[in-house]
Amino acid sequence: MSLYVRRRIVNAVGLALSIFATAFGLFWLGWLLWTLVAQGLPWIDLSVFSQPTPPPGDVGGLSNAIIGSLLLTGSGIVIGAPIGVLAATYLSEFGRKTHLASVVRFVNDILLSAPSIVIGVFIYELIVLRTGHFSGWAGGMALALIVIPIVVRTTEDMLCLVPVSLREAAAALGAPRWRVIFAVVYRASRAGILTGMLLAVARISGETAPLLFTALNNQFWSLDMGGALANLPVVIFQFAMSPYEDWQHLAWAGALLITAGILALNIIARVLGRARK
Amino acid sequence: MAYDGSSARGRIDLRPLGSYKREQTVEDARARQSWTAGVEQGAGQAAKGSAVTCIEVRDLSFFYGRYQALQAINLELQARRVTAFIGPSGCGKSTLLRTFNRIYELYPGQYATGEILIDGSNILDKRQDLNLLRARVGMVFQKPTPFPMSIYDNIAFGVKLYQRLSRYDMDERVEWALRKAALWDEVKDKLKQSGTLLSGGQQQRLCLARAVAVKPEILLLDEPASALDPISTLKIEELIEELKGEYTIIIVTHNMQQAARVSDYTAFMYLGKLVEFADTDTIFTRPREKETEDYITGRYG
Repeated sequence: MSLYVRRRIVNAVGLALSIFATAFGLFWLGWLLWTLVAQGLPWIDLSVFSQPTPPPGDVGGLSNAIIGSLLLTGSGIVIGAPIGVLAATYLSEFGRKTHLASVVRFVNDILLSAPSIVIGVFIYELIVLRTGHFSGWAGGMALALIVIPIVVRTTEDMLCLVPVSLREAAAALGAPRWRVIFAVVYRASRAGILTGMLLAVARISGETAPLLFTALNNQFWSLDMGGALANLPVVIFQFAMSPYEDWQHLAWAGALLITAGILALNIIARVLGRARK
Repeated sequence: MAYDGSSARGRIDLRPLGSYKREQTVEDARARQSWTAGVEQGAGQAAKGSAVTCIEVRDLSFFYGRYQALQAINLELQARRVTAFIGPSGCGKSTLLRTFNRIYELYPGQYATGEILIDGSNILDKRQDLNLLRARVGMVFQKPTPFPMSIYDNIAFGVKLYQRLSRYDMDERVEWALRKAALWDEVKDKLKQSGTLLSGGQQQRLCLARAVAVKPEILLLDEPASALDPISTLKIEELIEELKGEYTIIIVTHNMQQAARVSDYTAFMYLGKLVEFADTDTIFTRPREKETEDYITGRYG
């Protein structure tokens, strides 16, 4: 009897603690979102999307930063995702238990947790110093370096979930190995691989540190990946720290935009993940 | 389809194993010969066509790394007959089956020594093209493995690998294969639907259709019905009966009644060795080896 009662008490305490922990986390998240919406929403209007960042005291928007962020994030994922998928394919389909694969996996995990500012400095050293100027391509490269380990990890996990029997079945029909991988293995894990890419997009679209050293910023509307490029995170950083109120307002608007974008991506990733069966 | 216990083909035999006796007794008696020498010329086994040796296994040993799973197997299998491999778990019957299309090559560390002659040429030869071999030797696995694509594409996948067919010819081939697997009537209105949405028994027949669609000479069936309910099992067995006139079929099974029902020849394996190989009726009624008798009468384990 006492054992049973004790168990129930332990259960109740454990349950209470975990509910509290959940509530604690959600509380800060809720507060953060509420502040963002309250401070950012009033300043979101058409001009935010249609006009470039203004000088202090002037009217303007974030159009150059929005398009810059899209370009940078886009190039980051376009460069990083294929490399990540191919590396994961090697790890899952060819390397699996080899020594090289375990080394690659280990290094990848280190890269996964590398501070993004280090990646920024690395690309600065590698590209910006050599070319002599900040550029969108350097920014894209830095973001790609963040994308690669994420995509490698998620893709390898997804490929490993594809049953061996499916690969055997395809091979047993006389399909060469690349055909087995492309037509059957990728197809079976398509939703999972896409989910991983979306999460990587969500991750890099808020990165600031690597862009400070690479794409930097640009006051004007520009689509030139070869030159410095405006982007939301750096603009938010700069405007939020400024003493000008209208700049601070734009920073709030930008912060809300990024957060809403990332939230949307995460929801899409979840829905895709659930559709996988 | 209604379950019909008395259907002529592939019925479930409830008589005790010892008394199991198939119809073609007289011919069987003549077919009972040394298994190393093969069952020569089939002795008119089960009627149609003269029996020709299709697969000849010579001194085949198989290794998982250092572990030897097959010990110098010698065996001759007849063309267009059904041969069953039976034996307790781990005896090497699946391993033996997997050497015939060298599917084990997917895994480093697994290798075979000896010879396997298919139509006279040694498929264990290094120069043997594995993909072409597998296009000739089809395989169906224990668990249904529909590809994550439509029913139609599941069938077309293998065909497209080695043949360029017009849209019309491909449609015909898909229908032909699905009819062979007795699945056409159930899926003809939903060919674009994903193959993974079918029931387990339908999935397995889809896999059978997929294997048949590439028109192989040999079909390897690795416990094709062990994950299925009795009615689906019955359907698979009926299909085997139907296909055996055109294909050389080798089936691995845990189910001795199944071996007795569907096969012309049976090989009993134990601990990586081929203990006895003869026509099915002999194995089940007058086994030569004591181990075989113990196994089929359930005295193992």
